[in-house]
Amino acid sequence: MNKLWLIIKREYWTRVRKKTFILATLGTPLAIAIFIMVVGWIFSNNTEELRIAVKDDTGVVKVIKDSPSVKFKVMNDVDLEDLRKTYQDKDFDGILYIPEYGENLMKEDFKATYYSEQQLGIMTKEMVQNQLERKFREHKIDQSNIDRKMLDGLDTSFDIKEKSADLESSEEEKSISAELATVMGMFMGFIMYLVVFIYGSMVMRSVMEEKTSRIVEVMISSVKPFQLMMGKIVGVGGVGLTQVLIWAILIPVVVTVVGLLFPVDPSSMQEMSAAGEVDVEEMEFHINMLLEKLKDMDWIIILPLFVLFFLGGYFLYSSLFAAVGSAMGDDLGEGQTLTIPIIIPVILALYVMMAVVQNPNSSMATWSSMIPFFSPIVLPARLAFQPPAWEIALSLIILLASSVFFVWLSGRIYRVGILMYGKKVNFKEIGKWLFYKD
Amino acid sequence: MNSNILELDRVVKTYQKTVAVDEVSFNIPKGSIFGLLGPNGAGKTSLIRIITTITKADSGQVLLDGERLNSSHPAHIGYMPEERGLYKKMKVGEQLTYLARLKGLSKEEAKSEIDFWFDNFQIEDWWNKKVEELSKGMQQKIQFISTVIHRPKLLILDEPFSGLDPINTNLIKDEISRLHEKGISVIFSTHRMEQVEEICERIVLINKGLNVLEGEVKEIKEQFKDNLFKIQYDGEFNPDIAANYEVVSHSNGELVVKLAPGIDSNNLLNNFIKSGVHVHAFNEILPTLNEIFIKQVEGQSDE
Repeated sequence: MNKLWLIIKREYWTRVRKKTFILATLGTPLAIAIFIMVVGWIFSNNTEELRIAVKDDTGVVKVIKDSPSVKFKVMNDVDLEDLRKTYQDKDFDGILYIPEYGENLMKEDFKATYYSEQQLGIMTKEMVQNQLERKFREHKIDQSNIDRKMLDGLDTSFDIKEKSADLESSEEEKSISAELATVMGMFMGFIMYLVVFIYGSMVMRSVMEEKTSRIVEVMISSVKPFQLMMGKIVGVGGVGLTQVLIWAILIPVVVTVVGLLFPVDPSSMQEMSAAGEVDVEEMEFHINMLLEKLKDMDWIIILPLFVLFFLGGYFLYSSLFAAVGSAMGDDLGEGQTLTIPIIIPVILALYVMMAVVQNPNSSMATWSSMIPFFSPIVLPARLAFQPPAWEIALSLIILLASSVFFVWLSGRIYRVGILMYGKKVNFKEIGKWLFYKD
Repeated sequence: MNSNILELDRVVKTYQKTVAVDEVSFNIPKGSIFGLLGPNGAGKTSLIRIITTITKADSGQVLLDGERLNSSHPAHIGYMPEERGLYKKMKVGEQLTYLARLKGLSKEEAKSEIDFWFDNFQIEDWWNKKVEELSKGMQQKIQFISTVIHRPKLLILDEPFSGLDPINTNLIKDEISRLHEKGISVIFSTHRMEQVEEICERIVLINKGLNVLEGEVKEIKEQFKDNLFKIQYDGEFNPDIAANYEVVSHSNGELVVKLAPGIDSNNLLNNFIKSGVHVHAFNEILPTLNEIFIKQVEGQSDE
């Protein structure tokens, strides 16, 4: 036990102190901060004010709403040709000319012209078009004597609320919207996938290094191979948890700090949404609602479950990676084929997960949660959709039991593999190792 | 109370269908330097792995200091494998501390042992060096320290001088004999016979998993001697005297004679002196271990 602890400590400390680890752990939040700042800077820099003179021969457009970066001025009393000569002296960047539309108001296509030396930005152009379209629609409604109430009554929207079918359960509605749950599920599944992949292969490389540098023979004259393998898996897993934890704390902090120092103008967000239709207030309301719903999720249940599935998945996969690492020789390229049977289930699990979040109640969601190679990635993704408790419990039991089994199995391969040199290894050979005596 | 540090009794180890160690028995007396000899693939490494508890014997028993091998024994054994290995990116001091603590030393004990050895090898400023920054010879020193740092009762050295220059070879040799003086038993596995003759008191020769030959180096040489004597002389050589003996070779005042069993070597020398030649040197030619080794190994493969 004491020796195992020493091994864990070494595996952990040598990695955590590495420059590459420190760089990746602190650099990632920093990179995110820089990214946010650059994006903010790009948008804030873009808000150079544009002044547009409007000449409207139709009389429909009385005032066009200004946006923070574009100011309009209706100048119907000036001749267009004069305007075209003098607009720059009057400090305008261009002229928007809306000609007479002729006899038929009720047509679909209208045309306007923008006179300028510079081109309109695509967003400004779309914003102006949108405004004109709305004004003309209003004008058409007024002209054709349509009952406005009736027209409003034609607008239809549906909202589907999901409730539990269980009569016992309270009338309280399932609070998490499907979109949010999908995003959350994807996020969790993806994190799981990354962690398993990155740290699993880190275990594999480290086992290979020990084998090729021949330190392993010195080591196992002091400790049991199983202790060495477990020490490595736990130590590297600790490194992974440390990194994820630091990110979980640093990234929100960094984002908040950057947000305070370089506030992103909500009106520039408005411009990003191109139309000027989306209300800033409405957007803030949406964001607040999302945050509210995030808070409503059962984090007290989800987080420990996430950790449990992480542990199960990590031990399952990293022990297999360790077994493969032990079987590899000095030739990395040759050994690569051995990793295929591990990599394929991980990648498959990712795709299954993506399909499952689209369709969280499908039978695929249920059976894939029962396969230990998929469940560590699939089930955390489902947690946001509140799957039945028995499924979670069964999935977890299957996962934990099989991770114990695979750790044991990998241990048997590992103890033979690390002492095997200069032999081409295939799966048949590895299969035989399982039955070697100590 | 127990006079043998290690006793092997009919130890067998098979890998799949190949028998790596076939009923090998031998004893290693306490405090001796013992040679474990054999050609490549003879089963030396398999035997060592059994002794170091890396693997288990299929049958037979191994006693270390009178006790059956158990999990407390690795702490009493120091093993330096033929293929050396250290963590390349680790600092020397940390590495030695780590390896010592895995052998059961406390942090403080490890520190004082490392200080002792650093002082001994005059490498006090190496603590913070990474192993990969050291030359191969320097790494060997660290490897040696890591092998003996926990003051093992039994030291197992697999080809300890391979890749060492003469200066470092002597340095390690001196350390081995110093440890030997302190009463530590040493198993010395090699196929370099001249080193065995120089260092070992007893040997066992393993070939194809079998114990071919075992005993004290002196006795073995006695046992395999061909009764050859060499005489170096000056003066007129009298062929009549030589006619009484079987002459193996004769050139430039150097005569090699094979004595028939039962004939005393004094008799030969007497006759020669009487013949009027001036004898410079007279000595028995004992077979080198190398010759015995080759004879035994080749003899076996002829069968």
